[in-house]
Amino acid sequence: MEPLLEIRNLSVRFPVWGGVLRHKVGEVRAVDDITLTVHRGETLGLVGESGCGKTTTAKAICNLLSEMSPGVIQTGQILFYTKKGPVDILAQNRRDMRPLRAQIQMIFQDPYSSLNPRMTIGSTIERPLILHTRLSVKDRRRRVSELLDRVGLPPEYSNRYPHEFSGGQRQRIGIARALAVEPELIVADEPVSALDVSVQSQVINLLQDLQNEFGLTYVFVAHDLSVVHHISDRIAVMYLGNLVELGQSSQVYHDPLHPYSQALLSAVPQPIPGGNRHRRVKLQGEIPSPLDKPTGCSFHPRCPIAQPDCSVNVPPLEKKETGQLVACPYSSLVAKSAVGDSNKTPS
Amino acid sequence: MSSAPEKQDTTARQDSPRKPLLSVRDLEVQFRTDHGPATAVGGVNFELYSGEMLGLVGESGSGKTVTALSVMRLIPDPPGKITGGKVLFEDIDLLQLTYSQMRRIRGKKIAMIFQEPMTALNPVFSIGMQVMETVRTHEKVTRKEAFERAVDMLTAVGIPDARKRMGDYPHQFSGGMRQRVMIALALVCHPQILVADEPTTALDVTTQAQIMDLMIELNQKREAAAILLITHDLAVVAETCQRVIVMYGGRVQESGTTEHIFNSPRHPYTQGLLRSLPGPHQKPKSRLNAIAGNVPSILDMPTGCRFCTRCPDVMDRCHREEPPLHALANGQLVRCHLLEEEAT
Ligand SMILES: Nc1ncnc2c1ncn2[C@@H]1O[C@H](COP(=O)(O)OP(=O)(O)OP(=O)(O)O)[C@@H](O)[C@H]1O
Ligand SMILES: Nc1ncnc2c1ncn2[C@@H]1O[C@H](COP(=O)(O)OP(=O)(O)OP(=O)(O)O)[C@@H](O)[C@H]1O
Ligand code: SF4
Ligand SMILES: [Mg+2]
Ligand SMILES: [Mg+2]
Repeated sequence: MEPLLEIRNLSVRFPVWGGVLRHKVGEVRAVDDITLTVHRGETLGLVGESGCGKTTTAKAICNLLSEMSPGVIQTGQILFYTKKGPVDILAQNRRDMRPLRAQIQMIFQDPYSSLNPRMTIGSTIERPLILHTRLSVKDRRRRVSELLDRVGLPPEYSNRYPHEFSGGQRQRIGIARALAVEPELIVADEPVSALDVSVQSQVINLLQDLQNEFGLTYVFVAHDLSVVHHISDRIAVMYLGNLVELGQSSQVYHDPLHPYSQALLSAVPQPIPGGNRHRRVKLQGEIPSPLDKPTGCSFHPRCPIAQPDCSVNVPPLEKKETGQLVACPYSSLVAKSAVGDSNKTPS
Repeated sequence: MSSAPEKQDTTARQDSPRKPLLSVRDLEVQFRTDHGPATAVGGVNFELYSGEMLGLVGESGSGKTVTALSVMRLIPDPPGKITGGKVLFEDIDLLQLTYSQMRRIRGKKIAMIFQEPMTALNPVFSIGMQVMETVRTHEKVTRKEAFERAVDMLTAVGIPDARKRMGDYPHQFSGGMRQRVMIALALVCHPQILVADEPTTALDVTTQAQIMDLMIELNQKREAAAILLITHDLAVVAETCQRVIVMYGGRVQESGTTEHIFNSPRHPYTQGLLRSLPGPHQKPKSRLNAIAGNVPSILDMPTGCRFCTRCPDVMDRCHREEPPLHALANGQLVRCHLLEEEAT
């Protein structure tokens, strides 16, 4: 398997300002020393509780953070494998980033606010073509029509404005815009979360068809774990800025090993009468603030199997027998009982 | 825009001929728009029984919130207006009450958790103050008593150290905790009916699970005798509700017990919805089943069956004639011509 993206020891910290003089009073460690590789042509699912750093990771991959959040501190490397070899995205200045931007595109969660309401959807989709290609006006128009057709919208729609479209249609427009410049990697941050179930499956099918057709690579962030399981080859689980588990999609979904992944997956409601409420692993306490991260394993205050040294040592990601990478030396202590098969076929 | 006379909801508890706590009959709500009046909800019928949790699911824009707001008499007027139907509670039609009579029922006997939690909590008052105010609006109690009631309720919904946190402001609480405060506000006067509009949609799965557990516990302890749970998350309903109502295009399209709806859905929309969920029946990375097409806007509803523009089983007749709710032998109600023969 060929790598397309290699994240090495990525950390992202946001300064927090306070007091009358607005000086720095603290730091949010939104992403804390993450290392992971995305292979060419795969879909990597990224999951975890709200605030665990999924969006921050997604934006870092697209090198959008320094523009969007002044004062942000990013360390580590994000290597993107171009035809000429790997380049470190984080080390690029604005101008050098340009050609890379065309190859890495982002799809945003909110189909309502991510489209400019004053621009026709034709101009919205055309914009990246103007920025990144030298196509003539005529060729650009043709490409816009092709793209609309590809995402299942009539090309005549290009003169319309976003408010004339439903959520699902807007998300298709966002996808058409991301595809315009033929990217290799698409980072999709909750692309279907705002959609109805009946529309969600249309959009997921479209993403899968495009992947098969163009060999696209996806980093797919979502909070619906059954959707992530469906679309992903591998799943990465984050907790408070750390990567706690990484493995094959069905492994992580059916047999998670990290105690946090187990709790997370056991909480996924199932569309079966009665569901799996009785098998749920209940976590104690609230998710701690990333301003004041617990020492050692950041999960230890809520962990059902925490050992005395968990509050001291930061557990490294280790490969387990099943092939998953898990950041917990005690994961074998969890009886396979509770969650083991909670997401398997009911019968 | 009136609908055919409706059969009554017969799904509930045929074994116990209890009286429903709340019954909604032929509810119709219109909104004034630039393009004339639009019917957001029409022909909505259902009953809510004591001790049950009833799920109301459906497409975005299908009229779930409008239905809930009608029960509370909180439809913004203008542009909205309840143009027909009854909402019966304790033998009175809530739609006939004066505003001041309704104010005494709202919050006291029927309470609601709103879809946007941030707008319902006032950022400039402390959490404790807000819960105490709710008690004092409806009951003659001293400050001290109201304080104790608030502490008890916040403790009951799982706010740790509630007594110490009475003076905290909403922004000092996490999303999950704020949602619990919302539940405490709704329950502090021990309402008989709790209407919960998407109480967990903005929360992640672990917090969502905690909140749903709490609602089930309160339902069982009879803090809220009956709960109407509105959501578009089918899995949450499957796990917590005894009965389910499915809406589409401002109409109830199907209703029945959770077992019947999830194991043998009969309306093509419900069937399509359940089939399009990823799950054990769909191989990972395969194409998902989808309902083709888009939801029609309320200004542009098809005549005939509301689902006819997307229905895989559509017949000629569906474009002309809107089907009534057909009652099946097992108590399921289905608004689809295909069920005509089977209807009892
Ligand atoms: N610009 C910023 N300034 C300060 N803190 C920030 C900023 N952006 C994000 N954070 C913080 O970083 C942490 C991670 O946020 P992020 O948006 O990446 O989470 P997430 O996993 O995407 O959550 P969600 O599921 O809610 O979208 C959070 O605690 C958030 O409050
Ligand atoms: N204040 C209003 N003015 C005009 N139309 C409205 C108003 N409130 C609701 N509507 C319309 O009524 C219909 C039903 O809306 P409602 O909010 O009940 O949907 P819902 O089922 O709760 O959807 P969601 O799942 O998105 O919350 C929609 O078409 C909506 O546009
Ligand atoms: S009435 Fe006709 S269009 Fe409506 S759901 Fe039934 S078959 Fe489909
Ligand atoms: Mg996010
Ligand atoms: Mg609503």
